[in-house]
Amino acid sequence: MLDDERGEAARLAMRIVVEMAGVMGANRLIDVVSAHVDGCLYHGQAGLDFAERLVAGGGKVSVPTTLNVGSLDLLHPGLVRETPERAVAARRQMDLYIEMGCRPTWTCAPYQLPERPRFGQHVAWAESNAIVFANSVLGARTSRYGDFIDICAAITGRAPFAGLHRDEDRRAELVFRMSGIPERLLDEDVLYPVLGHLIGRMAGTAVPAIVGLPPDVGEDRLKALGAAAASSGSVALFHAVGVTPEAPTLEAALGGRAPAREIEVTAEMLRTARDELSTTSRTDLAGVSLGTPHFSITEFESLVSLLDGARAHPGVELYVSTGRDVLAEVERRGWLRPLQEAGAQVVTDTCTYITPIIRGSGGPVMTNSAKWAWYAPANIGADVVFGSLEECVRSAVLGRVWRDERLWADG
Amino acid sequence: MAGEATGAALVLDEPLSFWGGLDPDKGLVIDVRHPQHGAEVSGRVLVMPSGRGSSSSPSVLAEAIRAGTAPAAIVLREVDPIVALGAIVARELYGSTIPVIVVDEETYVSLRTGAVLTVRADESRAIVEPA
Repeated sequence: MLDDERGEAARLAMRIVVEMAGVMGANRLIDVVSAHVDGCLYHGQAGLDFAERLVAGGGKVSVPTTLNVGSLDLLHPGLVRETPERAVAARRQMDLYIEMGCRPTWTCAPYQLPERPRFGQHVAWAESNAIVFANSVLGARTSRYGDFIDICAAITGRAPFAGLHRDEDRRAELVFRMSGIPERLLDEDVLYPVLGHLIGRMAGTAVPAIVGLPPDVGEDRLKALGAAAASSGSVALFHAVGVTPEAPTLEAALGGRAPAREIEVTAEMLRTARDELSTTSRTDLAGVSLGTPHFSITEFESLVSLLDGARAHPGVELYVSTGRDVLAEVERRGWLRPLQEAGAQVVTDTCTYITPIIRGSGGPVMTNSAKWAWYAPANIGADVVFGSLEECVRSAVLGRVWRDERLWADG
Repeated sequence: MAGEATGAALVLDEPLSFWGGLDPDKGLVIDVRHPQHGAEVSGRVLVMPSGRGSSSSPSVLAEAIRAGTAPAAIVLREVDPIVALGAIVARELYGSTIPVIVVDEETYVSLRTGAVLTVRADESRAIVEPA
């Protein structure tokens, strides 16, 4: 394909895939069945120049390709308060990827769409939380693709046979044991982003196995765990023994090798990780941000139920980021109106921590997302208070930070 | 990534995600939880164990190279394709880039912030030495 008749863009894409194969130590390329592309998010001139170059060279994707978020909410114009110049560039960046044949899904949670990769399939996914979910929860196989290589893989339909595409690299290297954690805490949603944050800090780029999670732990919790571990560390695959598809047993997860290290997780370690996710102890509140990664339909169900007809305090902006496909389902179920009446603003196509949406009074913003808590201080300059979904909702209604002290108590 | 560059070393105590961690307009470390928060990377030989997290980092590095705020070179302890990718695309787009190399543990731990280093890399080998 380096001298392929499909044009300049296909040649450029193949050149980059081949060079990356060299960097990754791959001796061959493999076919991928789908791609998820993150390059549609505007970060500056270089990303735009690259997409312009591909489109000018006739670039078209050759496999089904979904798009991650952009920096604009196309369904709710006016919500993102970009400068006109940046808004034009951001829109152009999004449009260029549609021109290349990508589906305008605009979600960081493509695994919530109906067509998702199956066990064992090779895909080329970007967006760290989507990568870790595809590998860990779906058992599909993707390396850590990022901007540029994602669209190159989508155009060529090929990817380097390296990293997490290979059996050898999918074996767990570290073991986290949860036997010291009370069952009560294992059944709280809020445990999972905090545990993910802790694991990311300790595992770095290694593949961790977690022993002792409940066998029925749901996808929302696994999503939160993976997103956190991929933010504080570079975790792209975890195994939850008895839960995720490549870990029926610890031995299977380890692939017959001894782990480099075993870590007994303590309640104290979790509390330290939880505290690290907040940047302030202030209790006044300017906003609450939910839905990083994008809220699922089941998370909306919990939110509607927790709100139970209550309204957010007038001094608190309440945002829920989600994909437009999930929003359509929220509307179909009749949940949008009660959410709006509660003062919630649904954000689609983008996310509140990557683009200026929160108007804020400069006061703290509360979130149940470890990923949001990790990135928002640098990206949008927000002070963050991390809490459970219930803590977030009750705080939004009260207009100040409310804590459920029982959550993290011993025993 | 091949190339040659000289600059004062900036050794990071932890991996840095360029996205959310580096301001490509100013060349500063903006991750508030990073031990080197506030440090300037422009023109330095950036020494770090690996990249971290986000898959948007290649765009930020390519943009920093375009804008002239990037490090002079990057020295890693582990291969990190995401870091290499930003440098590869900058070369494709603008014909200029920075060397990105991986060194062994012994060399890595000998590198100190402030030391002026030269990084040289071609297809067969990569070295870092006092300038």
